[in-house]
Amino acid sequence: MAAEIVVLGGGVGGVLTANLIARKIPRTAARVRLVDTTGLHVYQPGFLYVATGAVNGGSLARDVRSLLRDDVDLVVDEAVGIDAAAGKIELAREGVVGYDYLVLATGSHLDLDQVPGLRDGAQHFYSLAGAERLREALRTFTGGRLVVGVAGMPYKCPPAPVEFAFLAEDLLRRRGVRAATTIDFLSPLNRAFTIESASRLVEPIFVERGIAMHTFVNIESVDPVARRLTSLEGEEFGYDLAVLVPPHKGADVVVSSGLTGGGQWVPVDRGSLLVEGQANVWALGDATNLPISKAGSTAHFEAPVIAEQIAALVGHRPARPVHSRYEGKVMCFLETGRGKATMMRFDYDHPPNPPRPSRFWHLAKLAFNRAYWFTVPQGRF
Amino acid sequence: MATTINQEIDARGSFCPGPLMEMIRAIRESSVGQTVAVLSKDPGSRTDIPAWVAKARHEMVAIEDLDGYTRFVVTKAR
Ligand SMILES: Cc1cc2nc3c(=O)[nH]c(=O)nc-3n(C[C@H](O)[C@H](O)[C@H](O)COP(=O)(O)OP(=O)(O)OC[C@H]3O[C@@H](n4cnc5c(N)ncnc54)[C@H](O)[C@@H]3O)c2cc1C
Repeated sequence: MAAEIVVLGGGVGGVLTANLIARKIPRTAARVRLVDTTGLHVYQPGFLYVATGAVNGGSLARDVRSLLRDDVDLVVDEAVGIDAAAGKIELAREGVVGYDYLVLATGSHLDLDQVPGLRDGAQHFYSLAGAERLREALRTFTGGRLVVGVAGMPYKCPPAPVEFAFLAEDLLRRRGVRAATTIDFLSPLNRAFTIESASRLVEPIFVERGIAMHTFVNIESVDPVARRLTSLEGEEFGYDLAVLVPPHKGADVVVSSGLTGGGQWVPVDRGSLLVEGQANVWALGDATNLPISKAGSTAHFEAPVIAEQIAALVGHRPARPVHSRYEGKVMCFLETGRGKATMMRFDYDHPPNPPRPSRFWHLAKLAFNRAYWFTVPQGRF
Repeated sequence: MATTINQEIDARGSFCPGPLMEMIRAIRESSVGQTVAVLSKDPGSRTDIPAWVAKARHEMVAIEDLDGYTRFVVTKAR
């Protein structure tokens, strides 16, 4: 009997895993089904460029079907329950679906109501609608206090607020309103963002661009009327335009299934990505509790590890060791403004050593954004 | 007199900035006067946690070096 493989989530982690599994296993040996609520695959790194006016939002979403191999079945439906003990998931419309192997790639989601006042008092670029609204706010900004910060940890793409600060500084300069604007960057940590070596690289650039960095600012509340942020550490910051990364949470279906043990993120083994306590359920991408960057590239490097383990189990063969362990590999670009960028490549044991910002890495990031659709989801990169 | 610990969090499996974020979360959820302990194996915690406690004006009760890890004890002061 053919094995039933279900992949939950049609983002970068889910689409790539489903395609890699189908490539490794003949259709007669397994049926691969991918379930996604919207049936749309959204390229979230593009939101940054929507906010700064460089990219049109319409180009960032594609039909999941167009990215999947023909031998992967797409089910456009919302998973509302997971019963791991029984090997079943429940879909909102299609009812109960059984599985032999399950992959959770349900991502991370914005929780705008976790910080009082955030929804009405601040802007963000962490959804398409948010990025489009922020683009308008930046287009009509005539100067004043721009504050960029983080309203909850962890959040996806740790360098994104730093990149936004640099790109917004460029934009305001081009618009002729930079002289009338102060820019404050509020970090919840005692450096620019999680990664130490890259923080050391960007902090002098903040100084060069006249962006004031404030450390240990964990936003507790936003007062939309007085336009003031209050931090848990007891500081207050007035603003005219506040751009805050919203707190993130796990997908409701995963949290309510009990697989997260009451938290938001699915605990997984750092090497195999098997969900703790499960023998046939894996998780990848933003959904896991791994203490590494929540990034598309993380999911990208994790997907082959899960595909190899499932293919080995279905094929009754041992998994190839080097292909079935995740070593914590992540690769990210980091825009530093003025048409330049740097790049970080790291894993569990090796922190990144980012090169001096250059035009090359900026162009590489733009080229990657375009090539994405034809390479990453299909496993060609 | 030994301080009563209201909550102890084992963050030894997590590394930078995990233990600090655990401390921040626990202090945020505590009431004034309550004490939290966080266990960390991450060397960065030795600078990060005391620096955060000083900035946020809480009380650093103890930093104990134990068998391959450090225990940070903090009382919420305001
Ligand atoms: C502004 C911004 C900039 C970024 N920049 C970068 C960058 O430069 N480089 C980088 O590597 N990463 C970047 N990222 C992060 C990257 O987009 C995410 O880390 C990545 O998308 C995570 O992939 P995923 O597959 O885990 O989740 P997602 O891509 O978020 O996909 C999750 C999918 O699960 C589906 N789903 C959720 N719940 C259910 C359910 N109950 N039933 C069915 N389907 C469900 C959703 O519909 C969604 O399609 C950025 C993110 C943002 C917001």
